[in-house]
Amino acid sequence: MTAPAVPAPSPSSTGELSRIPGLKTRRNAELGLLGFAMLLVATFGWTVEANQFDHVTSTFWVPAVLLSILFLGLHVVVRLTAPYADPVLIPAVALINGIGVAFLRRLDIARAIANKDPIPGIFAGTGGRQLAWTLASLILAAVLLLVVRDHKAVSRYAYTLGLVGIVLVMIPAVLPGSLSEVNGAKLWIKFGSFSIQPGEFAKLALVSFFAYYLVRKREVLSLASHRFLGLDFPRGRDLGPVVTVWLLSLLVLVFEKDLGTALMYFGLFVVTLYVATERSSWLIIGLLLFFGGVYVAYLLGKAVGGPFANFYDRASIWLDPFAPQYIDKEGYQLVQGLFGLGTGGLFGSGPGAGLPGSIPEVRTDFIFAGLGEEIGLFGLSALLVTYLLIVERGLRAALAVRDSFGKLVAGGLAFTLGLQVFVILGGITGLIPLTGQTTPFLSAGGSSLMANWLLVAMLLRISNAARGPAAGGGPERPGPKKAPTQLHGAMTEVIKP
Amino acid sequence: MNAPLRRAGVVVLVLFGLIFANLNWIQAYKADDYRTASRNPRVTVAEYERPRGGIEVDGTALAENKATDDTLKYLRVYPKKEIYAPVLGYKPVSIGATGIESSENDFLSGESDKLFADRLSDMFTGEETGGGNVVLSLKPKAQEVAWKQMTDNERGAKKGAAVAIDPRTGAVQALVSMPSYDPNPLVTHDKDAAAKAYKQLNGDKDQPLLNRALAQTLPPGSTFKVIVSAAALQNGYGVETEISAGSQYEESGAVIRNAEDEVCPGGQISLKEALTESCNTGYAKLGVKLGADKVKAAAKAFGFEDDTLKVGDLESGDGLKVAASRTGDIANPDGSTDKGALAQSSIGQRDVRMTPMEGALIAATVANGGEQMRPYLVQKLLSPDRRTIYTASQKKLRDPINGTVASQLKEMMVSVVENGTGKKARISGLTVGGKTGTAQNAEGANPHGWFIGFAFNDKGEAVSAVCVMLENVSGGHASAEAARIAGLIMKAAAGGGGN
Repeated sequence: MTAPAVPAPSPSSTGELSRIPGLKTRRNAELGLLGFAMLLVATFGWTVEANQFDHVTSTFWVPAVLLSILFLGLHVVVRLTAPYADPVLIPAVALINGIGVAFLRRLDIARAIANKDPIPGIFAGTGGRQLAWTLASLILAAVLLLVVRDHKAVSRYAYTLGLVGIVLVMIPAVLPGSLSEVNGAKLWIKFGSFSIQPGEFAKLALVSFFAYYLVRKREVLSLASHRFLGLDFPRGRDLGPVVTVWLLSLLVLVFEKDLGTALMYFGLFVVTLYVATERSSWLIIGLLLFFGGVYVAYLLGKAVGGPFANFYDRASIWLDPFAPQYIDKEGYQLVQGLFGLGTGGLFGSGPGAGLPGSIPEVRTDFIFAGLGEEIGLFGLSALLVTYLLIVERGLRAALAVRDSFGKLVAGGLAFTLGLQVFVILGGITGLIPLTGQTTPFLSAGGSSLMANWLLVAMLLRISNAARGPAAGGGPERPGPKKAPTQLHGAMTEVIKP
Repeated sequence: MNAPLRRAGVVVLVLFGLIFANLNWIQAYKADDYRTASRNPRVTVAEYERPRGGIEVDGTALAENKATDDTLKYLRVYPKKEIYAPVLGYKPVSIGATGIESSENDFLSGESDKLFADRLSDMFTGEETGGGNVVLSLKPKAQEVAWKQMTDNERGAKKGAAVAIDPRTGAVQALVSMPSYDPNPLVTHDKDAAAKAYKQLNGDKDQPLLNRALAQTLPPGSTFKVIVSAAALQNGYGVETEISAGSQYEESGAVIRNAEDEVCPGGQISLKEALTESCNTGYAKLGVKLGADKVKAAAKAFGFEDDTLKVGDLESGDGLKVAASRTGDIANPDGSTDKGALAQSSIGQRDVRMTPMEGALIAATVANGGEQMRPYLVQKLLSPDRRTIYTASQKKLRDPINGTVASQLKEMMVSVVENGTGKKARISGLTVGGKTGTAQNAEGANPHGWFIGFAFNDKGEAVSAVCVMLENVSGGHASAEAARIAGLIMKAAAGGGGN
């Protein structure tokens, strides 16, 4: 984030914002932007019907209005519990979420027409289910805003959250494939027809834990070091947690057969570590460890197969999805996604006028490719910028908030969201090997939507603290574990030159 | 902690920048490749968005469309099923098209530049007028007689081919390959059913998908004597020139005998008589005397060794590919002529291989005074509203022989049908000439029966040239049945009153 306008020149400055008279909440701006976003969603629905039916039904606006009511509800909760929260976050996320619902409904309509079924109702099909998931997600987000009035309170449960996070990550790996595997990736817990993706929630828990751990350890990690090749390297004993998380993500990679999730967890940890310590050596160590691990997994997959084979296959498909041995099999979905994107071209066919149904997994992993056919490069760029806006707003909250825990949580969450968008969009556009990540707020599926709305609620809460008057939760009230007092074990080491 | 947060923001910006750059690459730079890729299902849907043009002969539809109510709006229908399949080919949803459906695809689908004006007016009227129509040169009567006679042949042969050409223009009048197939199951919109139908046909040991008239070469047997005769006539021989014959001829270990003992047992025989009786020893000796180069040169002049010929549209040059007919090396490992092989090759055995199309072209060349016309199938192209956009105008393919040699060969070949082995091809009202061939192939297998020939009407016009080939004919005189069918095809072709 390069925006220098944030009035936080030194992290330790206290009560800076409270000195500004007439602090603006910008809630009306949020309401206006939300209205604009819903207008776009309604227009999308209108165009879909015009293209699919050759005429527009009198109810095309219903999903958009229902969504508007839901988001309006969250807006009211924010007005009451987080009046100084960032006004751009909710409208930006609502736009993507709304487009997702409208696009899923559009796929339902096309499928019903193809199968000569009656047109599904507003609450039927994947679109209807996504609408219901949106309701559930917004309730969760509202509950989080209502319950967690001060983000620092979360740090009290940091170890519990850390344990929960690790357990959530491990469950699918431990479960037998029949209960956890979907499309080759063991990322799920299946109960009959219903399944959840625990990893989506794990990121929230893990960020909180990392943030708490690093706030405590940042001095040690950043000061105690060996100098080697012009870089400061940490002590061996401080590497412990890093290596643990590295092994954890490799475990995910190998046993859950998912590079994307592994990359996410590891990226999340490395970034919070880097932000906490301000040491670029951590970045270099982290990247070397991750890419080293990936390369070794690739070589192992080539040489011995077994649990590594999946990753080797994915990398080979990525290198040439059009190869004759892949184009009709493993590379089919990637190639069909590229065909969809290419057919869309600059302007797209218009919502409802394309053939996204021919792309496999278009409701989940490949939704961006399906949308790309209909809204074109221009539409996708707008979506990409909206994602970027959400991430940078999150980082901006991190910059502006006054406590280290808040900075790390907001920074970690925002960066993770950005990384997830990169991993899935990079995957379906052939930039990096494809891994089964959901596209945040867009893909069909409750776990991802709920987890990401919780993430947004957390960002709202932290941005409220960042932009609001310091009195509510300023750093003058010591956090539960104030950093310097935690340096008991490290003091002797800090003296080291 | 703010500096690293800012840097993390820059990292996200860079990552998103990479996605944006990649989207530009896919949706702008590579967009056209992906949009038009054959595996892009949108290409198929767009293709079926407007009706494909029809293929027809003399007002009879051979390929047409039926409107459907699924995503692919039109279903291709071939009402005549297997009779025309080797010519039409098929246009399936996901596997590649073949035949005229493939070679005229641009015009049938409406994408041809020739239909640009129609597409332009579509843009203003908002209607999809469909693709252009292709009118074939085939004569339905000749085609149907050929199909019926081939499939109902008196010897129960299962495989074979027949080609009839108008010698004056090169217009293909009939083209039959047996066994054939019904193309309709291949073009069903149910891709799995289509793939299954294709797999079944492709795995059939009788190879129904093989176009035996164009794509299969077999030893031509005695029909090749026409080529050797042409070589002789071009090198100072006359119709009545006596050549050496005999009941048996051994050359470098190869033993040549005649089909029956009463054929040319004497020492000398005229060239015309040798062809009339199909004297093997005479032609083997003649070939050896002429030398391999002259025999090969004559064969090449008639179109042997040509692996570029396509039969279809004279203007675009595109069409159904014709396999190259071959004379073989006729050489020893050291490069010198293998005289035994030459003796055998001169009677169309050894490594000589010929397509039925080449056989018909040889007969057509003789009938047309030595000029070989380029064979074609596409007679006319009609716009969607049936304006004539193109009419075939004949093209010469090559000049194998001069007029004198052609009339000498004609005289000899007429003698074959009137007095010799080709009597079964005689048709009242027409002057028919030709040459039979009974080709040995595998040890113990029945021989292939060939007949190449032509017919002149009472005005002296060459109305049809034909080649009939039946594989593994049982019951002796394999070529007699081929000659009989050839006569009936030419009669049917002549009946329409040549165009």
